[in-house]
Amino acid sequence: MTTTNSEAVLPAQGIEAPRSGRIDPKYLRSNPSSGSFEMVAWVFMRVSGAALVVLIFVHLFSNLMVGEGIHQIDFAFVAGKWANPVWQFWDLTMLWLAMLHGTNGMRTIINDYAEKDSTRLWLKSILYSATAVIIILGTLVIFTFEPCLVDDAGNLMDYAPSFCESVVN
Amino acid sequence: MWSWVGHRITGVGIFFFLLVHVLDTSLVRVSPEAYDAVIGAYKHPIMIMGEIGLVGAIVFHAFNGLRIILVDFWKQGTRYHRQMLWAVMILWFVTMVAFSIRHLMIFFEGWEGF
Ligand code: HEM
Ligand code: HEM
Repeated sequence: MTTTNSEAVLPAQGIEAPRSGRIDPKYLRSNPSSGSFEMVAWVFMRVSGAALVVLIFVHLFSNLMVGEGIHQIDFAFVAGKWANPVWQFWDLTMLWLAMLHGTNGMRTIINDYAEKDSTRLWLKSILYSATAVIIILGTLVIFTFEPCLVDDAGNLMDYAPSFCESVVN
Repeated sequence: MWSWVGHRITGVGIFFFLLVHVLDTSLVRVSPEAYDAVIGAYKHPIMIMGEIGLVGAIVFHAFNGLRIILVDFWKQGTRYHRQMLWAVMILWFVTMVAFSIRHLMIFFEGWEGF
Protein backbone atom coordinates (compact mmCIF):
# COMPACT_ATOMS: atom_id res chain seq x y z
CA MET A 1 0.00 0.00 0.00
CA THR A 2 2.66 2.53 -0.77
CA THR A 3 1.25 5.52 -2.47
CA THR A 4 3.87 7.70 -3.99
CA ASN A 5 2.99 11.24 -3.37
CA SER A 6 5.51 13.13 -5.42
CA GLU A 7 4.65 16.41 -3.79
CA ALA A 8 5.48 15.09 -0.33
CA VAL A 9 8.73 13.49 -1.48
CA LEU A 10 9.84 16.51 -3.41
CA PRO A 11 8.43 19.50 -1.55
CA ALA A 12 10.35 21.88 -3.74
CA GLN A 13 7.93 21.09 -6.53
CA GLY A 14 4.78 21.71 -4.56
CA ILE A 15 5.61 24.34 -1.99
CA GLU A 16 7.15 27.67 -2.69
CA ALA A 17 10.04 28.94 -0.60
CA PRO A 18 8.68 31.00 2.32
CA ARG A 19 7.46 34.46 1.34
CA SER A 20 8.90 34.21 -2.15
CA GLY A 21 7.48 36.97 -4.21
CA ARG A 22 4.71 37.69 -1.75
CA ILE A 23 6.09 40.92 -0.34
CA ASP A 24 5.39 44.01 -2.35
CA PRO A 25 8.80 45.60 -3.05
CA LYS A 26 7.63 48.88 -1.57
CA TYR A 27 7.68 47.23 1.88
CA LEU A 28 11.27 46.08 1.53
CA ARG A 29 13.89 48.44 2.87
CA SER A 30 16.76 46.85 1.01
CA ASN A 31 17.04 46.75 -2.72
CA PRO A 32 19.04 43.97 -4.37
CA SER A 33 21.74 46.30 -5.65
CA SER A 34 22.83 47.20 -2.10
CA GLY A 35 23.55 43.53 -1.41
CA SER A 36 27.26 43.57 -2.08
CA PHE A 37 27.80 46.76 -0.09
CA GLU A 38 26.12 45.20 2.94
CA MET A 39 28.32 42.13 2.54
CA VAL A 40 31.49 44.24 2.48
CA ALA A 41 30.23 46.21 5.50
CA TRP A 42 29.54 42.98 7.40
CA VAL A 43 33.07 41.67 6.80
CA PHE A 44 34.58 45.09 7.56
CA MET A 45 32.85 45.20 10.99
CA ARG A 46 34.51 41.92 11.93
CA VAL A 47 37.98 42.61 10.51
CA SER A 48 38.15 46.15 11.94
CA GLY A 49 36.78 44.91 15.28
CA ALA A 50 39.54 42.33 15.62
CA ALA A 51 42.20 44.95 14.79
CA LEU A 52 40.66 47.52 17.15
CA VAL A 53 40.99 45.18 20.13
CA VAL A 54 44.79 45.33 19.77
CA LEU A 55 44.95 49.02 18.81
CA ILE A 56 42.72 50.27 21.65
CA PHE A 57 44.00 47.94 24.38
CA VAL A 58 47.61 49.01 23.71
CA HIS A 59 46.49 52.68 23.57
CA LEU A 60 44.79 52.39 26.97
CA PHE A 61 47.65 50.39 28.45
CA SER A 62 50.42 52.76 27.40
CA ASN A 63 48.47 55.87 28.43
CA LEU A 64 46.85 54.73 31.69
CA MET A 65 48.60 51.64 33.08
CA VAL A 66 52.33 52.39 32.81
CA GLY A 67 54.43 55.28 34.11
CA GLU A 68 52.36 57.79 36.04
CA GLY A 69 49.18 56.72 34.26
CA ILE A 70 46.51 59.40 34.02
CA HIS A 71 48.76 62.02 35.70
CA GLN A 72 51.40 61.84 32.97
CA ILE A 73 49.08 63.00 30.22
CA ASP A 74 49.84 66.54 29.11
CA PHE A 75 51.17 68.37 26.05
CA ALA A 76 54.73 67.07 26.52
CA PHE A 77 53.46 63.49 26.77
CA VAL A 78 51.62 63.74 23.44
CA ALA A 79 54.64 65.44 21.89
CA GLY A 80 56.86 62.62 23.11
CA LYS A 81 54.60 59.98 21.62
CA TRP A 82 54.08 61.61 18.25
CA ALA A 83 57.81 62.18 17.85
CA ASN A 84 57.79 58.45 17.08
CA PRO A 85 56.34 57.57 13.66
CA VAL A 86 55.14 54.24 15.02
CA TRP A 87 52.74 55.99 17.39
CA GLN A 88 51.67 58.40 14.65
CA PHE A 89 50.77 55.47 12.44
CA TRP A 90 49.18 53.65 15.37
CA ASP A 91 46.87 56.56 16.20
CA LEU A 92 46.09 57.17 12.53
CA THR A 93 45.00 53.56 12.00
CA MET A 94 43.01 53.58 15.24
CA LEU A 95 41.30 56.85 14.26
CA TRP A 96 40.21 55.64 10.82
CA LEU A 97 39.18 52.12 11.81
CA ALA A 98 37.30 53.18 14.97
CA MET A 99 35.48 55.99 13.17
CA LEU A 100 34.48 53.88 10.17
CA HIS A 101 33.49 50.92 12.38
CA GLY A 102 31.51 53.19 14.72
CA THR A 103 29.85 55.06 11.85
CA ASN A 104 28.78 51.86 10.16
CA GLY A 105 27.39 50.59 13.45
CA MET A 106 25.46 53.84 13.95
CA ARG A 107 24.10 53.53 10.39
CA THR A 108 22.72 50.08 11.25
CA ILE A 109 21.07 51.47 14.37
CA ILE A 110 19.50 54.38 12.45
CA ASN A 111 18.12 51.91 9.89
CA ASP A 112 16.64 49.87 12.74
CA TYR A 113 14.88 52.60 14.69
CA ALA A 114 14.13 55.52 12.37
CA GLU A 115 11.07 54.47 10.42
CA LYS A 116 10.40 57.47 8.22
CA ASP A 117 12.56 57.81 5.09
CA SER A 118 13.08 61.51 5.72
CA THR A 119 14.16 60.94 9.34
CA ARG A 120 16.68 58.33 8.23
CA LEU A 121 18.05 60.64 5.59
CA TRP A 122 18.48 63.47 8.09
CA LEU A 123 20.12 61.36 10.76
CA LYS A 124 22.50 59.78 8.27
CA SER A 125 23.48 63.15 6.79
CA ILE A 126 24.36 64.40 10.26
CA LEU A 127 26.23 61.17 11.01
CA TYR A 128 28.32 61.20 7.83
CA SER A 129 29.15 64.91 8.18
CA ALA A 130 30.31 64.43 11.76
CA THR A 131 32.40 61.42 10.72
CA ALA A 132 34.06 63.31 7.85
CA VAL A 133 34.91 66.29 10.10
CA ILE A 134 36.37 64.10 12.86
CA ILE A 135 38.45 61.90 10.53
CA ILE A 136 39.90 64.90 8.65
CA LEU A 137 40.54 66.88 11.84
CA GLY A 138 42.17 63.92 13.63
CA THR A 139 44.38 63.13 10.62
CA LEU A 140 45.53 66.75 10.26
CA VAL A 141 46.28 66.99 13.98
CA ILE A 142 48.59 63.98 13.86
CA PHE A 143 50.54 65.23 10.84
CA THR A 144 50.70 68.98 11.43
CA PHE A 145 51.60 68.67 15.09
CA GLU A 146 54.58 70.82 16.19
CA PRO A 147 56.12 69.53 19.45
CA CYS A 148 59.00 72.01 19.85
CA LEU A 149 57.18 75.34 20.19
CA VAL A 150 59.34 78.44 20.63
CA ASP A 151 58.38 81.88 21.88
CA ASP A 152 58.92 85.13 19.96
CA ALA A 153 62.52 85.36 21.12
CA GLY A 154 63.22 81.88 19.77
CA ASN A 155 63.50 80.17 23.15
CA LEU A 156 61.86 76.82 23.82
CA MET A 157 58.58 77.07 25.68
CA ASP A 158 58.23 75.42 29.08
CA TYR A 159 55.81 72.90 27.68
CA ALA A 160 58.23 71.47 25.16
CA PRO A 161 59.35 67.90 25.88
CA SER A 162 62.99 67.46 26.82
CA PHE A 163 64.13 66.00 23.48
CA CYS A 164 63.44 69.41 21.87
CA GLU A 165 66.56 70.87 23.45
CA SER A 166 68.80 68.93 21.11
CA VAL A 167 66.55 69.73 18.12
CA VAL A 168 66.26 73.49 18.56
CA ASN A 169 69.65 74.47 19.97
CA MET B 1 19.33 39.03 23.82
CA TRP B 2 20.60 41.25 26.65
CA SER B 3 24.13 40.77 25.35
CA TRP B 4 22.95 42.24 22.05
CA VAL B 5 21.42 45.24 23.87
CA GLY B 6 24.63 45.68 25.84
CA HIS B 7 26.72 45.51 22.68
CA ARG B 8 24.57 48.16 21.03
CA ILE B 9 24.55 50.57 24.01
CA THR B 10 28.30 50.30 24.57
CA GLY B 11 28.95 50.79 20.83
CA VAL B 12 26.93 54.03 20.79
CA GLY B 13 28.57 55.25 24.00
CA ILE B 14 32.09 54.64 22.71
CA PHE B 15 31.23 56.37 19.44
CA PHE B 16 30.17 59.59 21.19
CA PHE B 17 33.19 59.45 23.48
CA LEU B 18 35.45 59.16 20.42
CA LEU B 19 33.94 62.28 18.81
CA VAL B 20 34.71 64.30 21.95
CA HIS B 21 38.10 62.61 22.40
CA VAL B 22 39.38 63.62 18.94
CA LEU B 23 38.17 67.17 19.60
CA ASP B 24 40.00 67.39 22.94
CA THR B 25 43.16 65.86 21.46
CA SER B 26 43.04 68.42 18.64
CA LEU B 27 43.66 71.14 21.24
CA VAL B 28 47.39 70.28 20.99
CA ARG B 29 47.20 72.31 17.76
CA VAL B 30 45.60 75.27 19.56
CA SER B 31 48.08 75.70 22.40
CA PRO B 32 49.80 73.63 25.09
CA GLU B 33 47.89 75.63 27.75
CA ALA B 34 44.53 74.82 26.18
CA TYR B 35 45.35 71.11 25.92
CA ASP B 36 46.70 70.84 29.49
CA ALA B 37 43.68 72.69 30.91
CA VAL B 38 41.12 70.46 29.22
CA ILE B 39 43.00 67.19 29.73
CA GLY B 40 43.39 68.21 33.39
CA ALA B 41 39.67 67.51 33.74
CA TYR B 42 40.41 63.81 33.11
CA LYS B 43 42.29 63.78 36.44
CA HIS B 44 39.28 64.80 38.54
CA PRO B 45 37.87 62.03 40.81
CA ILE B 46 34.54 62.08 38.99
CA MET B 47 36.31 61.62 35.67
CA ILE B 48 38.38 58.77 37.15
CA MET B 49 35.09 56.95 37.78
CA GLY B 50 34.01 57.88 34.26
CA GLU B 51 37.22 56.38 32.85
CA ILE B 52 36.54 53.14 34.67
CA GLY B 53 33.03 53.16 33.17
CA LEU B 54 34.39 53.90 29.70
CA VAL B 55 36.99 51.15 29.89
CA GLY B 56 34.29 48.81 31.22
CA ALA B 57 32.17 49.58 28.14
CA ILE B 58 35.10 49.09 25.74
CA VAL B 59 36.23 45.83 27.33
CA PHE B 60 32.69 44.41 27.19
CA HIS B 61 32.17 45.53 23.59
CA ALA B 62 35.59 44.15 22.61
CA PHE B 63 35.21 40.72 24.26
CA ASN B 64 31.58 40.31 23.21
CA GLY B 65 32.59 41.46 19.69
CA LEU B 66 35.22 38.71 19.57
CA ARG B 67 32.51 36.25 20.64
CA ILE B 68 30.25 37.42 17.79
CA ILE B 69 33.15 36.97 15.37
CA LEU B 70 33.78 33.44 16.66
CA VAL B 71 30.08 32.52 16.39
CA ASP B 72 30.14 33.71 12.77
CA PHE B 73 33.42 32.23 11.57
CA TRP B 74 34.27 29.26 13.78
CA LYS B 75 32.57 25.96 12.88
CA GLN B 76 31.77 25.11 16.51
CA GLY B 77 30.90 28.74 17.27
CA THR B 78 27.13 28.39 17.45
CA ARG B 79 27.35 25.29 19.60
CA TYR B 80 29.48 27.00 22.25
CA HIS B 81 27.98 30.50 22.15
CA ARG B 82 26.54 30.16 25.71
CA GLN B 83 29.85 29.05 27.16
CA MET B 84 31.57 31.85 25.29
CA LEU B 85 29.18 34.36 26.85
CA TRP B 86 30.29 33.10 30.25
CA ALA B 87 33.90 33.45 29.18
CA VAL B 88 33.17 37.05 28.10
CA MET B 89 31.68 37.86 31.52
CA ILE B 90 34.51 36.23 33.47
CA LEU B 91 37.25 37.81 31.35
CA TRP B 92 35.48 41.17 31.61
CA PHE B 93 35.32 40.90 35.39
CA VAL B 94 38.98 39.89 35.79
CA THR B 95 40.17 42.64 33.42
CA MET B 96 38.07 45.27 35.16
CA VAL B 97 39.23 44.32 38.66
CA ALA B 98 42.86 44.56 37.53
CA PHE B 99 42.31 47.81 35.61
CA SER B 100 40.33 49.50 38.40
CA ILE B 101 42.88 48.65 41.09
CA ARG B 102 45.78 49.93 39.01
CA HIS B 103 43.96 53.04 37.83
CA LEU B 104 42.81 53.97 41.36
CA MET B 105 46.23 53.33 42.89
CA ILE B 106 47.91 55.57 40.32
CA PHE B 107 45.22 58.18 40.87
CA PHE B 108 45.62 58.31 44.67
CA GLU B 109 49.42 58.33 44.47
CA GLY B 110 49.60 61.46 42.34
CA TRP B 111 46.47 63.24 43.51
CA GLU B 112 47.03 66.79 44.71
CA GLY B 113 43.55 67.30 46.20
CA PHE B 114 40.67 69.37 44.94
C1 HEM C 1 40.36 57.42 29.33
C2 HEM C 1 40.86 56.79 28.33
C3 HEM C 1 41.76 57.45 27.29
C4 HEM C 1 42.79 58.34 27.46
C5 HEM C 1 43.32 58.91 28.78
C6 HEM C 1 43.32 58.65 26.15
C7 HEM C 1 44.38 59.51 25.90
C8 HEM C 1 44.84 59.89 24.65
C9 HEM C 1 45.99 60.71 24.40
C10 HEM C 1 46.90 61.29 25.49
C11 HEM C 1 46.12 60.86 23.05
C12 HEM C 1 47.22 61.64 22.33
C13 HEM C 1 48.13 60.74 21.50
C14 HEM C 1 48.52 59.44 22.13
O1 HEM C 1 48.69 59.35 23.36
O2 HEM C 1 48.62 58.44 21.38
C15 HEM C 1 45.03 60.13 22.43
C16 HEM C 1 44.78 60.06 21.08
C17 HEM C 1 43.83 59.25 20.50
N1 HEM C 1 42.97 58.37 21.16
FE1 HEM C 1 42.80 58.15 23.16
N2 HEM C 1 42.60 57.95 25.19
C18 HEM C 1 41.64 57.21 25.86
C19 HEM C 1 40.72 56.36 25.28
C20 HEM C 1 40.58 56.17 23.91
C21 HEM C 1 39.62 55.25 23.31
C22 HEM C 1 38.64 54.38 24.08
C23 HEM C 1 39.79 55.34 21.95
C24 HEM C 1 39.08 54.59 20.85
C25 HEM C 1 37.80 54.40 20.77
C26 HEM C 1 40.82 56.33 21.70
C27 HEM C 1 41.25 56.75 20.46
C28 HEM C 1 42.20 57.72 20.22
C29 HEM C 1 42.52 58.23 18.89
C30 HEM C 1 41.88 57.80 17.57
C31 HEM C 1 43.55 59.20 19.07
C32 HEM C 1 44.22 60.06 17.97
C33 HEM C 1 43.46 61.37 17.91
C34 HEM C 1 43.86 62.28 16.76
O3 HEM C 1 44.13 61.80 15.66
O4 HEM C 1 43.84 63.51 16.95
N3 HEM C 1 41.29 56.79 22.92
N4 HEM C 1 44.27 59.54 23.44
C1 HEM D 1 37.39 46.97 20.68
C2 HEM D 1 37.24 46.32 19.56
C3 HEM D 1 35.87 46.15 18.90
C4 HEM D 1 35.33 44.96 18.49
C5 HEM D 1 35.93 43.55 18.62
C6 HEM D 1 34.05 45.27 17.89
C7 HEM D 1 33.21 44.34 17.31
C8 HEM D 1 31.96 44.58 16.82
C9 HEM D 1 31.10 43.62 16.15
C10 HEM D 1 31.48 42.17 15.85
C11 HEM D 1 29.93 44.24 15.86
C12 HEM D 1 28.69 43.61 15.23
C13 HEM D 1 28.57 43.94 13.77
C14 HEM D 1 27.37 43.28 13.15
O1 HEM D 1 26.47 42.81 13.86
O2 HEM D 1 27.34 43.22 11.91
C15 HEM D 1 30.03 45.62 16.34
C16 HEM D 1 29.02 46.57 16.25
C17 HEM D 1 29.16 47.90 16.63
N1 HEM D 1 30.32 48.50 17.12
FE1 HEM D 1 32.04 47.58 17.56
N2 HEM D 1 33.82 46.63 17.98
C18 HEM D 1 34.92 47.21 18.56
C19 HEM D 1 35.11 48.58 18.78
C20 HEM D 1 34.17 49.57 18.57
C21 HEM D 1 34.38 51.00 18.72
C22 HEM D 1 35.71 51.65 19.12
C23 HEM D 1 33.19 51.62 18.45
C24 HEM D 1 32.85 53.11 18.45
C25 HEM D 1 33.60 54.03 17.88
C26 HEM D 1 32.22 50.58 18.12
C27 HEM D 1 30.90 50.81 17.79
C28 HEM D 1 30.01 49.84 17.35
C29 HEM D 1 28.62 50.09 17.03
C30 HEM D 1 27.89 51.43 17.15
C31 HEM D 1 28.08 48.86 16.58
C32 HEM D 1 26.62 48.58 16.10
C33 HEM D 1 25.86 47.84 17.18
C34 HEM D 1 24.58 47.23 16.67
O3 HEM D 1 24.34 47.18 15.45
O4 HEM D 1 23.82 46.75 17.53
N3 HEM D 1 32.85 49.35 18.20
N4 HEM D 1 31.28 45.80 16.92
